[in-house]
Amino acid sequence: MSNTHAELGMNRTGVATSPLLTKDMIKGTSEFPPPAMGDERAIADERVRYARGSDPVGSVPPPVTGKGMFKTAGTALKGESPTQLIDKLGERLAFERTGTRLYEALLSKYDALGGFPGGPSRDDIQQIVADEHSHFAMLTEVLTQLGADPTVQTPSADLQATMSKGLLEVITDPRTTLPQSLEAALVAELSDNDCWLALQELAMNAGEQQLAQRFGEALATEETHLASVRGWIAASQGR
Amino acid sequence: MTIDLLRDKGTSLDNQRFTWKELAQPTYSKLDDDAFTRVRVILMNGIENEALRFGHACARMNRELQLHLARVRRIEQHQATLVNWLNPPDQSPLETTIGYEQVAIEVTAAIALKEPNPYLAQVYRFGLLEDFDHMYRYSALMDRVEGKDANNLLQSYTDILPGRPTAVEHRDPCDELRIPYDRATAQLITKLHANTLMAGEHQTHDYYMNIGPTYPDPTGRQLYAEIASIEEQHVTQYESIIDASESWLEKWLLHEATEVYNYYSCVQSESNRRIKAVWERFLDYELGQLRYVADLFEMFEKRDAAEVLGDGKLPAPIEYVSHRDFVRETLRNEVHLTAVGTEFVPFDSQPEGSLSQSYREQMNAEGSPSERVARGYSWAPGGELSQQKPRTAPQAVLPNQPSN
Repeated sequence: MSNTHAELGMNRTGVATSPLLTKDMIKGTSEFPPPAMGDERAIADERVRYARGSDPVGSVPPPVTGKGMFKTAGTALKGESPTQLIDKLGERLAFERTGTRLYEALLSKYDALGGFPGGPSRDDIQQIVADEHSHFAMLTEVLTQLGADPTVQTPSADLQATMSKGLLEVITDPRTTLPQSLEAALVAELSDNDCWLALQELAMNAGEQQLAQRFGEALATEETHLASVRGWIAASQGR
Repeated sequence: MTIDLLRDKGTSLDNQRFTWKELAQPTYSKLDDDAFTRVRVILMNGIENEALRFGHACARMNRELQLHLARVRRIEQHQATLVNWLNPPDQSPLETTIGYEQVAIEVTAAIALKEPNPYLAQVYRFGLLEDFDHMYRYSALMDRVEGKDANNLLQSYTDILPGRPTAVEHRDPCDELRIPYDRATAQLITKLHANTLMAGEHQTHDYYMNIGPTYPDPTGRQLYAEIASIEEQHVTQYESIIDASESWLEKWLLHEATEVYNYYSCVQSESNRRIKAVWERFLDYELGQLRYVADLFEMFEKRDAAEVLGDGKLPAPIEYVSHRDFVRETLRNEVHLTAVGTEFVPFDSQPEGSLSQSYREQMNAEGSPSERVARGYSWAPGGELSQQKPRTAPQAVLPNQPSN
């Protein structure tokens, strides 16, 4: 069995597997046409109505200091919305914590199936586990310094968890290969890179040069992750 | 608000109506609403599903009641839907699982504290410590596979600590039956308690059976299988404490009274105004259904509904609060117990070579998922990674590792 690509087999999902049955099905759509005219816009209209009548997913709680301001070294965060920065810091913290677990699951995949030429070594994956964890630890420290509670699941953290749920599911599924799992890691890294960049800019807008610098360093590390994952996937595809 | 089970008419069945949009109305917020809002939603969905389950079983055995049951069941189907659809879509199945276990801990504790029958109170404390352990195992799964903190859902009301180890909860069916209450002498509150917990546990079982196979991680998949098996035991336990000599109509009447009692409890404690309005509406619906069934009971059985419902006064509501002190005290005093027949005895005093022991050994013969998932696990705010220094991942210990 190949550990880099799917092999030829008895996949039954396409119509070509059952040409006669499919022909019958198509014929049926003429005899039994849709009972009502229209298209998918009806679904879109309902989405609009619900969106207008729904409450937000959640909120960012006030600072734990109880003084009503998120601060560093006694100075209030600048910028249009300090809450936005806290929301996005909470998002990144949760993502990096989940990222640690995601790469641990990738390690299991490696341990089960082995690597492939041009793919990651065990140490490569282990290094990413350590990087993700250190980013999580750094964000915990930053949020605490700002007077925020690092254990809060902020709205953006919650939504990122919903988005990345499928990525974990691909990697922890015992049937997937290392390259298939790396595709999931790629989606995570693409998002991670963009979000660290956004955090860096938000920190600068908030007048937090030191924070922006720390986020820039994290971004540089994530850029190497992205480049590595891209390279490993390319190698698995013989590119 | 005073409820009179014998006199209140509630909303008549003809006026208990819905639209599809009402059934799928805006949800509560996983992040901002109080954890007990989720607890109430999960329990009430279980209560409504029990009404449906009972209604179908009853219909299969009672031709003359079938149309009456179908009328009431149709309404309960839609009540169940509306309530269950209050769960938000950003709440993953595992997060909802944490909510289910919080129900099992806090509601069981509230009931155990108020149960007047001392034997049944012990039955509840026994079940409580098992569900308490399930919380610990699922929290470890969430933390160690997904990197998420179960306390985001629990909001610090409920502990994440080991209870009676799930691995030793597996028992032979002969050790799962308990002594039932006596329908002629038991207080109404005893009957309402038993019906409430039976409903909650049955729903928990069914939920795990549905979502378990959607979990991809092998340990998580096994853990759902293992805990679903315990929930089946719990349903067996809780249905056995209900007097089997109650007539079908008597049971139906008690189901309706249980629904009234639970919606009443929800109304008393709900902090979300929109959801409180749902509980108020359904309390009126249930009073209407109770009236309808009480009339059937009196017509078919030629007995006064007061024989079952007493003076019609509702007992004090279920308290939706943290029961940390009570649970910990129970943990200290009773974690070492197991069941032999209908009695609770220290684990080390059960007979050697018992059916439960053989069964447990068989089920755990290839390893225990509940032990594996939580080995060395200690909850900390933000998850166990927050307590560890930046690190390297643990080395796999399996032999024959392929290399690059």
